[in-house]
Amino acid sequence: MWEALQFEFMRHALAAGVLVSISCGIIGVLVVVNRIALISGGIAHASYGGIGLALFMGIAPFAGAAGFAVLMGLLMGWISLSRKHRSDAIIGAIWAIGMAIGVIFIDLSPGYNVDLMSYLFGSILAVGKPELWFMFAVDVLTLLVVALFYKEMLAMSYDEQFAIVTGVPVTALYFLLITLTSFTVVMLIRVVGLILVIALLTIPPYISEQFTSTLGKMMGFSVLLSILFITLGLWLSYKFNLSSGASIILVAGVGFFLSLIMEQIS
Amino acid sequence: MADITPAIEMKDVSFSYNKVPVVEGVSFTLKEGDFLGILGPNGGGKTTLLKLMLGLLRPDRGSIRILGKPPREARKYIGYLPQETDFHMTFPITVFELALMGRLAHASLGRPYSKQDHRIAEDALKQVGMWDYRFAKVGELSGGQRQRVFIARALASEPKILMLDEPTSSIDPQFESDLYELFKELNKKITVVIITHDIGVISHYVKSVACINRTLIFHEEGKITQEMIEATYKCPVDLVAHGLPHRVFPVHKETK
Repeated sequence: MWEALQFEFMRHALAAGVLVSISCGIIGVLVVVNRIALISGGIAHASYGGIGLALFMGIAPFAGAAGFAVLMGLLMGWISLSRKHRSDAIIGAIWAIGMAIGVIFIDLSPGYNVDLMSYLFGSILAVGKPELWFMFAVDVLTLLVVALFYKEMLAMSYDEQFAIVTGVPVTALYFLLITLTSFTVVMLIRVVGLILVIALLTIPPYISEQFTSTLGKMMGFSVLLSILFITLGLWLSYKFNLSSGASIILVAGVGFFLSLIMEQIS
Repeated sequence: MADITPAIEMKDVSFSYNKVPVVEGVSFTLKEGDFLGILGPNGGGKTTLLKLMLGLLRPDRGSIRILGKPPREARKYIGYLPQETDFHMTFPITVFELALMGRLAHASLGRPYSKQDHRIAEDALKQVGMWDYRFAKVGELSGGQRQRVFIARALASEPKILMLDEPTSSIDPQFESDLYELFKELNKKITVVIITHDIGVISHYVKSVACINRTLIFHEEGKITQEMIEATYKCPVDLVAHGLPHRVFPVHKETK
């Protein structure tokens, strides 16, 4: 591992792993306890539309992805509030429509040969300085929001009805959470790709929930697990020359199944 | 209780789900310091009535005043115990955190709970005998213990009106009577509204009774006798109990 660190791309990749883990662990917990994992999957895939659109218009793909992700996220959030009983079907539709938009716009982009695979499966080894700054900014925003609204987020996640009765602006917090989820998903796309995002968002919280007694501890533990999975996955991919995104997810998957077994035993 | 403002005032309140009327033309006035029992069959509109008073639902017609204010502005003064407390059983939340949640309406947005909030939550947990469990995860408690913690949360809000939706649905009989003694004690200072299937509770503790089956019949304080409960109510037959407190409907399952 240490000799790998002489390469700048490897140092960047490691930094990206840690930075991404902070938001991923915290937001992942809120995604899991508020049961919006499906929406996060939808955001990840639909954001491909933003990548296509950005390439077509000649702006930075990740800016396009971020903007489009937030828009689609809010749309899906709004639908699941207003049409609860069919929300999964509608989210599924937006999920695919977003991707289709992306594919068509990339087709239309003249002479641009985009590396589709890097968006689908991630390219943590190609993370540059500007993206590290973007990740840092998302982390700061996440920490700020969660620190400010921790007690309200806790009430909303655990007992929404009670939160409403006591005057917590539940709908506003919900859309704030979806916005943060969208930013987190976009930076996770860089690390593991849009197809695998959902695993990295949900596995660390799922494992953490078994071992923690408060939401805050669950977040902390998820961040640590996420760092562990990404670092270990990165090392394995370097050592055995494998795809980094898939290696990371498989490491997380092993952790997931170990925790399932432990859950059964205890 | 010389206060003229009534605790709860409903005037011709109607509400329907998807055009099916659930509550129709409900009017009553509840004095401060009263202890109201709400009776009625399942699907008769009991919980809907409570949600209207809490401001969780808006009436299609009519007006609701809680302590002279619209329900949404009266939140601070209401302690609320939901019917189901077995949601999110794996959720990482401690007994103390849940009790603290009762302070939510008093704390300000974007700031942590104050020292005073902590003290009040502590007192509430001691009152229901759950202080020793303060670090325990709520999902790992027994049904009765969990119910006590939810009651502590309602108490921590220092309510002027306590609204309880079937508070004894998952509680052991011993604590059940302790609990009603506690409500009786609290009722010396505050108004209590309770939804229950338990006729024994009605005859032993409440002062007024409202019977709802879409429309509501209100029996004010001092106007109830044991005979009325068994004879005059237009309530369903299965409410008639035999002797001591008796649960008419099966106990809710613990799974979810």
